[in-house]
Amino acid sequence: MSTREYDVAPDPGLPKSHYLNAAHGLKSWLLTTDHKRIGILYLLSITFFFLLGGIYAIAIRLELLTPAGDMVQPDTYNRLFTMHGVLMIFFFLIPSIPAALGNFVIPLMIGAKDVAFPKLNLASWYMYLIGASLTMWALFHGGVDTGWTFYTPFSTTYSNTYVAAVAVGIFVNGFSGIFTGINFMVTIHRMRAPGMTWFRLPLFIWAHYATSLIMVLGTPVLAITIVLVALERLLKFGFFDPALGGDPVLFQHLFWFYSHPAVYIMILPSMGVISEIIAAFARKPVFGYKFVAFASMGIAVIGFIVWGHHLFVSSQSLYAGLIFSILTMLVAVPSAVKVFNWMATLYRGSIEYSTPMFYALGFIGLFTIGGLTGLMLATTGIDVHVHDTYFVVAHFHYIMVGGALMGYLGGLHYWWPKITGRMYPGFWSHLSAGVIFLGFNLTFFPQFILGYLGMPRRYHAYPEEFQVLNILSTAGASILAVGYVIPLVYFIWSLKYGEVAGKNPWGAVGLEWQTASPPPEHNFEEIPEADFEPYEYVEGPPSERPYRYSRSEA
Amino acid sequence: MSDSSAAAAHPPGLAHHFESYEQQKHSSFLGMWLFLVQEVMFFGGLFVVYVTYRSLYGDAFAAGSRQLDVMIGAVNTTVLLISSFTMVIAVTAAKKGNRKWIVYGLLLTILFGGIFLGVKYFEYGAKWQHHLVPGPYFEWHGEGVGRPVEIFFCLYFAMTGMHALHMVVGIGIMLFMLRPAWRGKWTPQNHNFVEGFGLYWHFVDIVWIFLFPFLYLIGLATH
Repeated sequence: MSTREYDVAPDPGLPKSHYLNAAHGLKSWLLTTDHKRIGILYLLSITFFFLLGGIYAIAIRLELLTPAGDMVQPDTYNRLFTMHGVLMIFFFLIPSIPAALGNFVIPLMIGAKDVAFPKLNLASWYMYLIGASLTMWALFHGGVDTGWTFYTPFSTTYSNTYVAAVAVGIFVNGFSGIFTGINFMVTIHRMRAPGMTWFRLPLFIWAHYATSLIMVLGTPVLAITIVLVALERLLKFGFFDPALGGDPVLFQHLFWFYSHPAVYIMILPSMGVISEIIAAFARKPVFGYKFVAFASMGIAVIGFIVWGHHLFVSSQSLYAGLIFSILTMLVAVPSAVKVFNWMATLYRGSIEYSTPMFYALGFIGLFTIGGLTGLMLATTGIDVHVHDTYFVVAHFHYIMVGGALMGYLGGLHYWWPKITGRMYPGFWSHLSAGVIFLGFNLTFFPQFILGYLGMPRRYHAYPEEFQVLNILSTAGASILAVGYVIPLVYFIWSLKYGEVAGKNPWGAVGLEWQTASPPPEHNFEEIPEADFEPYEYVEGPPSERPYRYSRSEA
Repeated sequence: MSDSSAAAAHPPGLAHHFESYEQQKHSSFLGMWLFLVQEVMFFGGLFVVYVTYRSLYGDAFAAGSRQLDVMIGAVNTTVLLISSFTMVIAVTAAKKGNRKWIVYGLLLTILFGGIFLGVKYFEYGAKWQHHLVPGPYFEWHGEGVGRPVEIFFCLYFAMTGMHALHMVVGIGIMLFMLRPAWRGKWTPQNHNFVEGFGLYWHFVDIVWIFLFPFLYLIGLATH
């Protein structure tokens, strides 16, 4: 492995002109076609919806503090968990890493001036906003009570809430994902800098290529499903309601054909972030680079043929169930390849426990638990026993929160100095990462036990013997909430008072670290050339590392 | 946020973030094809629903199909194929930089697209009069049970409706293309928009090529 020189000159301050001060005023933000600014717009919007979805989560946990349904009416509780799911999945998790961090970093990583279609990129944010506004309108008029899965015929015939408004909101928001997916795929194909070959691409890019594939192939199927639901609800077209001659299981097939791959839309970008962080802070190339890259593609492809595991008890034939069970277990292979390769990357690495690394290590542990319990659920025998219990709830929260969200926060901490040009305080960021890890496990681990003991999901009351574990879970949720508020505070603080980061505070390899922080309006002063292999890190103890070590991180 | 100095250094019609016309062209075509892939998946969902119910209610679908006028469907298919030909005229003219024929090609395409939609309007009206629109107003006096036939008409309206919506959007875009086409915006170096739109129009055409037999012709064989 060849060694490289790093720019170690101390930075006197922020660069004079960068994308943030290239133009001023509200209009310069709302009409921007700069991928970096659109990334920021997404970052702000998804943070808002994360907090809103979090408020619903708090309400749910408070209700479940006591066995009796004493805080809210059953109908209200149905709306609470539905809105929590809808907001968190469609308006936070799915756009989170791709639309916010990916938008910002992908063109920088491949040495491009922008994404291939900057106007389409802006349009995608407006689609997101319109979809979100429709959902908010329904929310202010009482919310929806169908669960985020909108199962028919309840959603099309019996629910007395604003199902159509939220459905149309999700339909419109789907275009935001499709536009982003098309943009990323074309950008990765056509906009790479000279020398940036496919196998020199950072694994974050591979992960986003796989994610975009799912967005482009999966989202339109959800879109047409929503159209059919809306036609049935508004015009009594009998596609899914048995009373009108339709088949409700057909809805489940169509819905999960998108919504299972959607889980991989959430987790794949996170895996991309983790590959970046692990390599940067173990100061080693990712072990088995090509395997990790193809594992992303493998997960995307296999992810499309496993949806039937959501229908094990929905009148699907036993043989179909068995096939889907086997196919589902196949997903574990590329997932395990990734986990093992990250572990092998850490092996004999010069590990630095920076804040992003805290999140990355947390991700590996939590994702492994989430993935292994996923295998349990893929086993039809166990699934029949625990389906629709808190075991399932705990499993997918380990993937979505322990996996996707930890990756998102890790990535945000990793690229924050690039985005804003400033560092956040090391003590508080380490503390909050620890608090989040602790709070998360306390919230969701008891739910595995609750589910295994038979506590069903989506009920606002439960038998008294489940109370101790529920109290633990609610206590964990309170700790988790504190853990999420701390970064919000110090990130805002750092915008003004944070130490100037310089262009490469982590001494990381990659084109995004070779330009100024914050980057200039067109990303690079001149088109860079990728004349290095991916993750070409210099090994050695931290003291001898050729990069500037941030004091506040020490 | 295009930087004026960077834009000045760039040839006309080349966006600031592209290095060459070549790169711009390949990017827009790849983007367009990916968009069409997305469209295939969108209509694909509808076709899955169609296949599911047709395999369950084959006879009812044939009976429902016989309520449609094959002649009108065939005429409309021809009209749509001609509109694809006139679209090719516009695209070829754009390649040669012949702005007059871009406009003529677009106008003819709008005309034939409009004829198709007009015929569709009268077809829909006839279905309403014959109580064949699904919902409370639906009545079935033919052979067999009414519900499965109603599902056939649910699919008929959903599929042709989605197809018509795509045509309306297409005609709308063409109306917006007329002015820049007349002013000579598209040159032999850069006419990606016209060519990309041509792909879209042909795609919508191809969807109809599937809809016509699936909806109009399945009744003939089993009669």
